[in-house]
Amino acid sequence: MTAIINAVGDMFSYSFITRGVLVGGLVALCASVLGVILVLKRYSMIGDGLSHVGFGAMAIGLAFNMAPLKVAIPVVIAAAFLLLRISENSKIKGDSAIALISSSSVAIGIIINSLSEGTNIDLNSYMFGSILAIGSDDMVICIIMGVSVLVLFLLFYHTIFAITFDESFARATGVKVNIYKSLLSVLTAITIVIGMRIMGTLLISSLIIFPALSAMRISKRFKGVMIISVIISMVCFFWGMVASYMLQIPTGAGIVVSNLIVFIICNIASVIMRK
Amino acid sequence: MLHLPQLSCKNVTIVYEKEVAVSNVSFDIEEGDYVSVVGENGTGKSSILKAILGLVPLREGTVSFEEGFKKNHIGYLSQQNPMQKEFPASVYEVVLSGCLNSKGLMPFYGKGAKKLVKDTLMKLGMEEYIKKSFAELSGGQKQRVLLARALCSTDKIIFLDEPVTGLDPVAVKEMYGLIEKLNKDMGITIVMVTHDIENALEYSNKILHLTKRGYFFGTKDKYIDSPYAAELDGNAAVRNGD
Repeated sequence: MTAIINAVGDMFSYSFITRGVLVGGLVALCASVLGVILVLKRYSMIGDGLSHVGFGAMAIGLAFNMAPLKVAIPVVIAAAFLLLRISENSKIKGDSAIALISSSSVAIGIIINSLSEGTNIDLNSYMFGSILAIGSDDMVICIIMGVSVLVLFLLFYHTIFAITFDESFARATGVKVNIYKSLLSVLTAITIVIGMRIMGTLLISSLIIFPALSAMRISKRFKGVMIISVIISMVCFFWGMVASYMLQIPTGAGIVVSNLIVFIICNIASVIMRK
Repeated sequence: MLHLPQLSCKNVTIVYEKEVAVSNVSFDIEEGDYVSVVGENGTGKSSILKAILGLVPLREGTVSFEEGFKKNHIGYLSQQNPMQKEFPASVYEVVLSGCLNSKGLMPFYGKGAKKLVKDTLMKLGMEEYIKKSFAELSGGQKQRVLLARALCSTDKIIFLDEPVTGLDPVAVKEMYGLIEKLNKDMGITIVMVTHDIENALEYSNKILHLTKRGYFFGTKDKYIDSPYAAELDGNAAVRNGD
């Protein structure tokens, strides 16, 4: 136990880890609240698709020597609008459309990266995430974005609940559903772009899906699911960070595995509670 | 002064991808009416309800409410949505979401909304379930909770889309009793899509009967004498004869 406490003390003596914990914790918080909505609305694969689009956009940004975040945020927001529109259009199957867009973005990103020289290592860190990815400039953008996601979510919490529970009732009683859905896609896009630096393109969607699913095993009330999802997400994020520091394993993977363990525990708990 | 009906539909035509769902239907609904919308499957009963609510676009025609009527005076009980079966929400949260429009721009609900939720659940005999999980209720209880939500959003007009489908006979009877109470005691206009022609004839004062060839709109007495009523009865006889 003292070994863990010492390790935590050690960890925070590195400024890059402190930055990672701050930004990552904020992302984990945003992802856990948005995740509940996305999972309930059956949009969880959109998170996965967006992170792949983000990968492509960042590769292009790097190749042209632009700040990757500034390229990726608008591109991913545009993609979020597109994906939401596609999943509502019955003519195209939403899940296959997301798969097409995901793999195409990654492919384009990799080609652009291999044509431009000397950026391979960076791209690898975008794939699997890196705690080193957050520089002090990025940290400011990330924190501003993360805080705005949270504030907007809290301001519109009740409307978002009404739309998630019953979109047609909300629409029939005069709620401007499309505006709120656009808002949700913007918030999701921002969260994913910021989060994929630490978690990696391949792992960021787990931050959205796992806490929400675990919380839904435990609570049957919306507010309860929200609060438990936030707690699970923060705890798993922190333990993932500590484990990655102590065991020298990649941070994103550590966070996902701690989420997996909690998910299994929550499933067992829900079976026991039902008896 | 010119009397205007609460809801007026003129020459309503609804088209889905070249297929005509509703063609040139006109009718007026007065305050306090209890209108049942009946007809075979695929004659556009739900479509016309959704068009009035602005959920599907009109190809032609107009839907107009009386002067001063706002969209947040509408209550709606939609067809059962399979996604709601496992949705984690308490009865309180569901009913409270009906108060959304009276909340205005404030981010949180005031005391008035919370009291309205309790009073409405009391009226529908569901107050003891306020903390229960919506997903774990029976079909009839769920419909009553959704009716409570609709009541929180309006005291003028409620649209119901097959509210008793899938309920057991006891729950069906209770549901009709509640809806009648809202109509008679509270003066709320009821517009209900239903397959249940017997109960439609028992409770409503006006009937809108849609068929592929034409439609009937009028009082129940006129409807019973019309060829349209015979058509539905005839079908019932055929079905019973199977």
